[in-house]
Amino acid sequence: MTALPALAPAYPELWLALSAMALLMLGVFRGDGATRLVSWLSVAALAVTVLLITMQPAETVTTFGGLFVVDGFGRFAKVLILLGSAFSIILSLGYIRYERMERFEYPVLILLASTGMLMMVSANDLIALYLGLELQSLSLYVLAAFKRDSGRATEAGLKYFVLGALSSGMLLYGASMIYGFAGSTGFPQIAQILSQGALVGGQASIGLVVGIVFLTAGLAFKVSAVPFHMWTPDVYEGAPTPVTAFFAVAPKIAAMALFVRAILTPFGEIAHEWQQIIIVVSALSMLLGAFAAIAQSNIKRLMAYSSIGHVGYALIGLAAGTEEGVRGILIYLAIYLAMNVGTFAIILCMRQKDQMVEGVNDLAGLAKTHPGMALLLAAFMFSLAGVPPMAGFFGKFYIFMAAINAGLYTLAVIGVLSSVVGAYYYLRIVKLMYFDETAEPLAKPVRGELGAVMTVTGLFTMLFFIWPAPLLSMAATAARALFP
Amino acid sequence: MTIGLGHYLTVAAILFTLGILGIFLNRKNVIVILMSVELMLLAVNLNLVAFSTHLNDLVGQVFALFVLTVAAGEAAIGLAILVVYFRNRGTIAVEDINMMKG
Repeated sequence: MTALPALAPAYPELWLALSAMALLMLGVFRGDGATRLVSWLSVAALAVTVLLITMQPAETVTTFGGLFVVDGFGRFAKVLILLGSAFSIILSLGYIRYERMERFEYPVLILLASTGMLMMVSANDLIALYLGLELQSLSLYVLAAFKRDSGRATEAGLKYFVLGALSSGMLLYGASMIYGFAGSTGFPQIAQILSQGALVGGQASIGLVVGIVFLTAGLAFKVSAVPFHMWTPDVYEGAPTPVTAFFAVAPKIAAMALFVRAILTPFGEIAHEWQQIIIVVSALSMLLGAFAAIAQSNIKRLMAYSSIGHVGYALIGLAAGTEEGVRGILIYLAIYLAMNVGTFAIILCMRQKDQMVEGVNDLAGLAKTHPGMALLLAAFMFSLAGVPPMAGFFGKFYIFMAAINAGLYTLAVIGVLSSVVGAYYYLRIVKLMYFDETAEPLAKPVRGELGAVMTVTGLFTMLFFIWPAPLLSMAATAARALFP
Repeated sequence: MTIGLGHYLTVAAILFTLGILGIFLNRKNVIVILMSVELMLLAVNLNLVAFSTHLNDLVGQVFALFVLTVAAGEAAIGLAILVVYFRNRGTIAVEDINMMKG
C-alpha cells in the first residue's frame, strides 16, 4: 500500500473545497431563503482560508508527487485572490436580492472558482495547471450566465464559454507539444531538461517553441491580453454587475500569477524564445486599453478596456523576466485589486428610481448629490490613471522601473504614453461628476456593505503612499521565492 | 511504410486546425461550435497518446484521461448555457448572438 501524500501544504485548498460542498448541502436543505446565510458563511470560509495560508511555514514545499507547490509567491497571490472573492461576495449581497437572482448556488460557485484559482497558483505541472484552470473556468462560465432570465447575461455566458473553451484547447495543444518535445510535464523537470543540453546551440527545438507559443496564447486569453481580448468587453457588459466585479479581480490575478509561474519556472533559461511575444502582447494591450476605452459610454465596458490596459502594464513585469519585474507585478496586482473592487462598489450603487443604470453619463452631477461617493470615485479614477500620490502611481512606477533596469526602454515609453492617453477617459468621469449638471440624479441611500467596501478600498488607494513598506517587502519576499 | 510519430502529429494538427476553423468560419449553429471544441480536445488527446508511446512514459496517457473527463464536464456546462440562451432568445444561430457589439 502506498503512503498518502503530505496533505498539510494543501490544507487551504482542501478546506475551501470541503466548505464549498458543505455550504452546497446547507443550501439544498434550507432552500433559496438561506442565500444570505450561505453568502456570509462563504465569506467566513474564505477568511479561514486566508488564515490557513498565513499560518503555513515560510519555505517552499512541494507535494502530490511534485505536482503542487506552495511558496511565498503562491501565498501572496492566493491572499489577493481570496480577498477579491470575499469582496465580490459582499458586493453581490444587495444586488442578487434586488435583481431577483438570489439563489444559494451563487456564493458556492464563487467558492469553487476560488478553489480552482488557488490550484492554478500552486500548479507545478502542466496537468495541475490544466485542472485548476478548468475548475475555475467552468465555475465562471456558469456565473456569467447566472441571471438566467436575462438575454444579455446568457449571451455573455455563451460567448465566454465558446472563447474560453477555444483558449483551453489552444493551451492544451501547447501543453501536449511541450510534453512531447521536452519529455516531461513538470515545470522544474522541464527547466532541468532544458538546462542539460536539450537546446541545440542555445535554441529550443521548433516543436517546443510551437508549444510555448500555444501555451502563451491560451494564457493570454485567460488574462484577456490583446490580441486575445475580444471576449472581455462583451462578457463584462453582459454579465450581472457583481459577477463583472468578480471577473475583473480574482480570476485576473490568478491567471496572471499562473502566467508568471508557467513561463518563468520551466522556460526561464530560454527567455529569448518567449520574451518578444510578451513584449508585443503587452504593448498592444496597453495601447488598445487606452484608445478603445475613449469611445465607450457603458461604464462596465469602459472598465473592461481599462482592465485590458492594466493587464498590459502588469505584463511588462513578465517581459522583464527578473525578480524585480515579478515584484512589480505583485504590487501592481494588489493595488489593482483595491482600485477595481472600489470602483465596482460604486458602479453597484448606480440606481435611478429602482433601476440599475450603467451609462457613464449617469454619473453627471454626482458631486452635488453624493459628495462622499464622488470623492472616492475621483480617487479611484486618479489612481487608475496613475496620478501621484494615489496607489496606482506606485504600481506603475515599480513596473516601469523593472522594465528600465531590464533594458526594455521602448516598452516603458509605450507604457508611459498610453497611460497619458488613458488618463483622458478616467479624468472625463471626474469632470462629469464635478462640473456637469444632471436631470436625473442617482438614487439615495447607499447600502451599508457597499459603503464599507468602497471606504476601505478608497482609504487604501488614497493613503497607500504614507506607509507602503509592508506591501513592498511582502511582494519582494514573494518574488524571491520564484527565483531560488 | 511504417507509421511513425510524425504521422500521428500531422493528423492531430489537421484535426486541431479543423476545430479552430469550425469555430471561426461557422455562421449557422452554436452546436457546431461545441462539436469543434470537442474536435480540438480530441486532437490534443491524439497528440498526448502519440507522445506517450514515443517517449515510453505513461504521464501522457494519464493527461489524456484527465482531458477526456474535463471535456465531458465542459460539454455539459456548454449545453446547459445553450439551453438557457435558447429559452431567452428562441434561436441558437451564431449570427443572432449580437446583443452586445464586439
